Amino acid sequence: MAIEVHNVSKRFGEFVALDDVCIRVNDGALTALLGPSGSGKSTLLRIIAGLETPDSGEVQIGEELVTDAPARTRDVGFVFQHYAPFKHMTVHDNVGFGLTVRRRPRAEIRARVAELLGLVRLEGLADRYPSQLSGGQLQRMALARALAVQPRVLLLDEPFGALDAQVRAELREWLRRLHEEIHVTTIFVTHDQEEAMEVAEQIVVMNRGRIEQAGTPRELYESPRNEFVMSFIGPVNRLGEASFLRPHDIQILPSAEGGQGTEALIERVVHLGFEVRVELKLGDGRDVWAQVTRETAAELELHEGQILAVRLPAPRVFAA
Amino acid sequence: MSESASLGAHPGGRALRPGSGPAGRPAPRTRARADRATRTRKLGVRTVALGYLALLLVAPVAMIFYRTFEHGLAPVWDAVSAPNAVHAFWLSIEIVAIAVPLNTAFGVGMALLLERGRFRGKALLGMLIDLPFAISPVVVGLALVLVYGKTGWFGNWLAGHGIQIIFSVPGMVIATAVVSLPFVARETAPVLRELGTDAEQAAATLGAGPWQTFWRVTLPAIRWGVVYGVVLTTARALGEFGAVSIVSGRIEGQTQTLPLYVQDRFENFDITGAYASAVVLALLALGTLVAMNLLTRRTRSRTAV
Repeated sequence: MAIEVHNVSKRFGEFVALDDVCIRVNDGALTALLGPSGSGKSTLLRIIAGLETPDSGEVQIGEELVTDAPARTRDVGFVFQHYAPFKHMTVHDNVGFGLTVRRRPRAEIRARVAELLGLVRLEGLADRYPSQLSGGQLQRMALARALAVQPRVLLLDEPFGALDAQVRAELREWLRRLHEEIHVTTIFVTHDQEEAMEVAEQIVVMNRGRIEQAGTPRELYESPRNEFVMSFIGPVNRLGEASFLRPHDIQILPSAEGGQGTEALIERVVHLGFEVRVELKLGDGRDVWAQVTRETAAELELHEGQILAVRLPAPRVFAA
Repeated sequence: MSESASLGAHPGGRALRPGSGPAGRPAPRTRARADRATRTRKLGVRTVALGYLALLLVAPVAMIFYRTFEHGLAPVWDAVSAPNAVHAFWLSIEIVAIAVPLNTAFGVGMALLLERGRFRGKALLGMLIDLPFAISPVVVGLALVLVYGKTGWFGNWLAGHGIQIIFSVPGMVIATAVVSLPFVARETAPVLRELGTDAEQAAATLGAGPWQTFWRVTLPAIRWGVVYGVVLTTARALGEFGAVSIVSGRIEGQTQTLPLYVQDRFENFDITGAYASAVVLALLALGTLVAMNLLTRRTRSRTAV
């Protein structure tokens, strides 16, 4: 089901959380709302779910205008940042909750819960209580609970925020595959650009209650519309007021071609596995860093204190 | 780790060899001394706490039990099976059975209003709920007489419709409800706050209506707060004397609750009667506490919350 948000604004007292926001999410798409904290991304998600009422504007799910509909009639699956488990219920009862309140027959609930627990790989944990699950398991239980009622759209608020790095990476990959499997229109909120780039088909970059840019990860990376998007998505060197350069665009020249570039001093070499981060001071005193591969670093024998030449391509300059 | 470090720090101390007992070594001896000091301190605190309780609570209650059964069971049985005693017992139960559910519903509602509602004057409402704690029960009783009594605001109107509140059971229920009003709300509100609204919102997105959310999500999550509030309310309601004493008119065999009956027997030099009914009262309260404890323990171990 497609989701459309038209001119939505929301204030909390003096604080403007959303300022005339419009987005459109296509049916079946996997979209990330990306932005720093306080950018309004969670508020937007909660408005789509009906957990918050906009001061003005409209929300449309499919063909239906839902702006004034309460959350329980919107048919959305919502996964909370801290999962919001029903602690006094077993995993089975948590997942089956939406069906129970719809007064479905017990056998049907049992079958559907079993199916979902299989989908989120929690078979065998149906009789556990939330307090007996790990963070990743709780996350998947919350997802199964949201999916049980076959929602028209699935909304996830910082779905991986509270998990440790390894579980996080695993779940990202899994969420992507799950989406390919069930194809429900999905929006998730994140402040992690890497996560957004890796999981989402479409990213909406938000800042201070406004949409900065929306597009595919590649579009955002390759043609950012402004300074904010450029510096929020992907690593960046700031050269002047509004001129930016990606670290991997800085080329370190072999000594034979030394005459052709700008002189630079290596201040630090950081080995991050495949990627090597070279921190440089340019002849004019500006600090930049370059991203090179392990092989290049080895080939050029890069080390601290070395003086060499680099080639700087034309930076991307944004109108202020 | 810390053991070998402290051993090494001691002059002449050697690295810890496997098999060499720590007994007699300086560091463990210091630790043992520290342990002993902590143990002594803990024991001291415990003694003071228990002594205080013994002096204020256990000794008097034990004395009542002792005095009551001093001459065996027969006089006690006679005293508690006297018609007025039996009447007082059932009247107390009746009042509790009406006032406690009323206050439970009211208290949970108030707690929800205070923790979930958004309106002006919330702070004022919070203070109002606490008022019965601050006002002496005697004053509550007098105030009720002023409002519902024959010369009170509603007194004439009520009398005209054949409703008597003061000097009868309705007034006593009201008085009891007023003095035990804050417990459920005060015990439930912090649990509600702690719970947060996430689970309730999750229930809403899953299609649950407000009632379903309350019965299936909110109430189970706050049940221990409510249960504790109910126990306190029951204990307070059972023991209420001041307000009920004024409102009831203390008519023997008609508006005498157990505490009033105890006082009546005491004033009439029927010591056995007074002690025996006091014991019944104490056992009722004790029964409530034990029931709660058992209930809590059983359900907790089942749900492993």
